[in-house]
Amino acid sequence: MNHAVSKRYKRTTTYLIGFLVLAVFTTLAPFVYIAMSSFKTQISLLMGDVAFTPTLMNYDEVLFDRTSDYLQNFTNSVVVTSISTSLVVVIAFFAGYSLFRMRWPTYVVNIFLIWSMAFNLIPSVTLASAWYDLARSVGLNNDYIALILAHTTLHLPMALWLLASFFREIPRELEDAAYVDGASFVTLVRRVVTPLMMPGLMATGILIFVFSWNEFPVALALTNNDTGTVPVAIAKYAQEEEIKYTQMAAASVLSAVPALLVLLFGQRFIVRGLTAGAVK
Amino acid sequence: MAHHNSLGKVLSLTPAVLIFAFLALLPVINLFIVSFHEVSWLGGTKQMDWVGVDNYVAIGDDPLFKAGVFNTIIVVLVATTAQVVIGLALALACSSVGDRSRPFRALIILPLLIPGIVIGAIWRLMYNSEFGIFNLVLNSIGLSGHDWLGSPSTALAAVIVVDVWHWMPFAFLLLLAAVESLPRDVSEAAKIDGATAWQEFRKVTLPLLYPAIFMTFLFRAVMASKIFDEVFLLTGGGPGTSTEVVSFTIFQRYFLQDNAGYGSALSVSIIFVVSVIIVIALNANKSKGLSQ
Repeated sequence: MNHAVSKRYKRTTTYLIGFLVLAVFTTLAPFVYIAMSSFKTQISLLMGDVAFTPTLMNYDEVLFDRTSDYLQNFTNSVVVTSISTSLVVVIAFFAGYSLFRMRWPTYVVNIFLIWSMAFNLIPSVTLASAWYDLARSVGLNNDYIALILAHTTLHLPMALWLLASFFREIPRELEDAAYVDGASFVTLVRRVVTPLMMPGLMATGILIFVFSWNEFPVALALTNNDTGTVPVAIAKYAQEEEIKYTQMAAASVLSAVPALLVLLFGQRFIVRGLTAGAVK
Repeated sequence: MAHHNSLGKVLSLTPAVLIFAFLALLPVINLFIVSFHEVSWLGGTKQMDWVGVDNYVAIGDDPLFKAGVFNTIIVVLVATTAQVVIGLALALACSSVGDRSRPFRALIILPLLIPGIVIGAIWRLMYNSEFGIFNLVLNSIGLSGHDWLGSPSTALAAVIVVDVWHWMPFAFLLLLAAVESLPRDVSEAAKIDGATAWQEFRKVTLPLLYPAIFMTFLFRAVMASKIFDEVFLLTGGGPGTSTEVVSFTIFQRYFLQDNAGYGSALSVSIIFVVSVIIVIALNANKSKGLSQ
């Protein structure tokens, strides 16, 4: 009987792995398709060639052609994403430490929690219109600063929400012990809390980086040709009279580089971060 | 309980409070004020004319907004259900395969990390009626192709497929975490009692997962209701209004038609609806005693 059971078990596992292979194929096939398209000539794509001679022409044009702003857009994305992510992580860390580890009246904590919830529920187009009006009134529209501040405001609640679950895991006794030993606030934060929060900060930072890199509606509203980010640049390809599909494909592949790096090196943190906010 | 340094406590929270006050609250209040005006820009200066509640009254007669609400509800219901069902099946498969499923898990979540606009670009290529992969495959087996995004009958379904593909991994991740934290002894007890795999799933595993399934559904529903990037790139709301969604209506009215007053009224209405939902949710939470 044991033999029969283990045989059936093996067969089930084979089916399940087959199911997983199918899922991974469905996930990866579109990426393979766009990567292949990015190495084709426009004619070869239009002809639907399966076999083709790969060309780097599209990448060359996207990156180095005089009419292409893509390198500028890429730089813009790097600037906006890294500055706003750093701001979000630092501000959320201190705010979270203060809110979740020290005594505040309940309504103060609740205001922040409700803000977090509201900002996750409201479509960002509504916020984009709110920021656009304000930025235009003070002459900051189409400026880096407006988008950096907007991304910081947009993602701060989510960072607070994520960090809250990590703060809860730090045993309070450690802080109390450090305090009894005469540690100042600065020492406490630097030597005790920060090291313990490192995994949480990494998860939050990586996730917010990805969100900011991918963010589209607010970037669309607050930038122009000079300050547009990568998603804005790719959207522009799709809006042209005659779409340069292969160049759009090359631009798309380049835009996914940060995501691939994150998946390679920070997958653990991504999974932790994405589940922390929801499950806990 | 140690007595904490209150200066550090206040200073730590100050930057977040400033952002909340000046970049979250103030713009929304401003939006509220603008929504009662007709806005025009004359040589770089803003001109605001008071129109009372006219902008709000106009919402009822906006065909674009009506179509947007209708389509958004369909997207939320269909896409979210599909994501939860597929995500749950994959989560259960991964958990019963065990450690050998690790590489699969990593690859399955890839779409989550890619910009929505890029996802749109990828599928725009695949859906293309002349050279897209779907029609190429159909042609190669002797069937005629179809203009997936260009015909009103399939455009919304095509958008939903993209959303399912893009966000199913999120449902998968949340449900996998839930499946992995299930107590093992219960399912073992069911096995010893002679339950078949189906009975075990139906009577033991599934009921234990209901709370997680509900949470996942809620999370995804909220995110799906904000769908914008994919629609922007794939269809721009068309053909006609067949893929118009709420976020896109606001974008069109506020930015493309430069109708800031009416666009603000739409935004404020959405924020109002969301606030009502939050209040209801908070009260429900409180009465169930789950606020921890």
